[in-house]
Amino acid sequence: MRLDCPICGARDRREFTYVGDAVLLDRPAPDAPFEAWDDYLHNRDNPAGVTRDLWYHESGCSAWLVVTRNTLTHEVMETRLAAEVKEAGV
Amino acid sequence: MRFSGLRILREGLTGNKGWQPHWRDAQPASQYDVVIIGGGGHGLSTAYYLAKNHGITNVAVLEKGYLGGGNVGRNTTIVRANYFLPGNSEFYSHSLKLWEGLEEDLNYNVMLSQRGQITLFHSDAQRDASIRRGNAIVNQGDEAELLSVAKLKKMVPYLDYEQARFPIHGGLISRRAGTARHDAVAWGFARGASARGVDLIQNCEVTGIDIDQGRVTGVQTTRGAIRAKKVAIVVAGRSSQVAAMAGMRLPIESHVLQAFVSEGLKPCIHHVISFGMGHFYISQSDKGGLVFGGDLDMYASYAARGNLPMVEHVMEAGMTLMPMIGKAKLLRSWGGIMDMSPDGSPIIDKTHVDGLYLNCGWCYGGFKAVPGSGYSMAHLVATDTHHEPAARFRLDRFRTGRGLMDEEGTGSQHNLH
Repeated sequence: MRLDCPICGARDRREFTYVGDAVLLDRPAPDAPFEAWDDYLHNRDNPAGVTRDLWYHESGCSAWLVVTRNTLTHEVMETRLAAEVKEAGV
Repeated sequence: MRFSGLRILREGLTGNKGWQPHWRDAQPASQYDVVIIGGGGHGLSTAYYLAKNHGITNVAVLEKGYLGGGNVGRNTTIVRANYFLPGNSEFYSHSLKLWEGLEEDLNYNVMLSQRGQITLFHSDAQRDASIRRGNAIVNQGDEAELLSVAKLKKMVPYLDYEQARFPIHGGLISRRAGTARHDAVAWGFARGASARGVDLIQNCEVTGIDIDQGRVTGVQTTRGAIRAKKVAIVVAGRSSQVAAMAGMRLPIESHVLQAFVSEGLKPCIHHVISFGMGHFYISQSDKGGLVFGGDLDMYASYAARGNLPMVEHVMEAGMTLMPMIGKAKLLRSWGGIMDMSPDGSPIIDKTHVDGLYLNCGWCYGGFKAVPGSGYSMAHLVATDTHHEPAARFRLDRFRTGRGLMDEEGTGSQHNLH
């Protein structure tokens, strides 16, 4: 599996660290209800198919990435900078 | 049909013509008292103990593929009870005791081999941790023994003791731990359940869970609707998808774990050896293959196959620990889908729907739990009360923060175990 870093180009999977579901970008407000924090920390859609997750380009440019990929086939469909995704709000 | 030495002799002398299928390949009926979703080790043992311990035999096990075709047929067959934390320790202790009586109970040879499992340590601090763990295991009523380097060298002389990064300072051995024949465990429970009247239904995928006013009423399947008073979800890596049919979002992330087997060799490794620092463990199968594995690939996956970096890492760890295996040829590698929970411990609990029960979160340790999990799950389904050894496997522990069982001490968060 290779990930296409928007800054460095296609790189070996070993350069990246998997952080978790991209739901981690949607951090609840500090005073959000208990359930919102439980959902954010623990509960996952865990799809068998297309998912979006966060990767960290640890041995490269240190960028945080949102990777859209298929958990059934390991196909990588899209890689974007997490900062851009967060700013765009999608 | 009962198995016995006499029977084998008689069949051998008469052309082996008297053997019969071990279980009925049942067709789905329209209604059951209990439907168990998932015909793997845990689902089959749940069915068996429902029938045996609670007299509930109007039960169907629904399997989307073939019986035992999931993780129970894809693991590295290790059986052990060397857990430290309350909640885990009594559960795995109970499960190991069930393993020890399993062959007699099932009248089926699951080839349990209590060859002993050695967990290595590499520093003074790890020695202290091993002593602490050993004492906890002894206190829960099982056995553990600390092995000095001298003793270890006599038992397993082929380890690289002087390696620079992880010099071996000793080990902790659980002599009652070992391996079992994984497929036979599934088949034995299937046979025992079927003989007691349980319907084992293959190629029957559940596509929906019927709920009426907060109570489960049955399931929709690829082979039609089946009504049921109670439904148990026991589907390991696919837990999130099946639970979603009941409107649940689980604290589970599915990851791929790889395992490997070498060509058959003469007997050389007589124990299960765990090299935690290298995320490597190994044993030798009865056919002679070296069976070994490592850590998760560490990303969400349902592919049931991993990537090459982890293959390389596992081989490196193996070579670091025991260079003698370097010339053995690798025969096969494969992957299983692990239902990873945030704290690394499982879930056996009721759900927000009456009559719907959940068994999941076994991470990469489900095989040794097969008898205990089914025993406790059957108790929960039959009586609506938690079985004492599994009473702490609660679904709500992540939400409340009470009773987390983080055996590794790395935190209760996804992607840390």
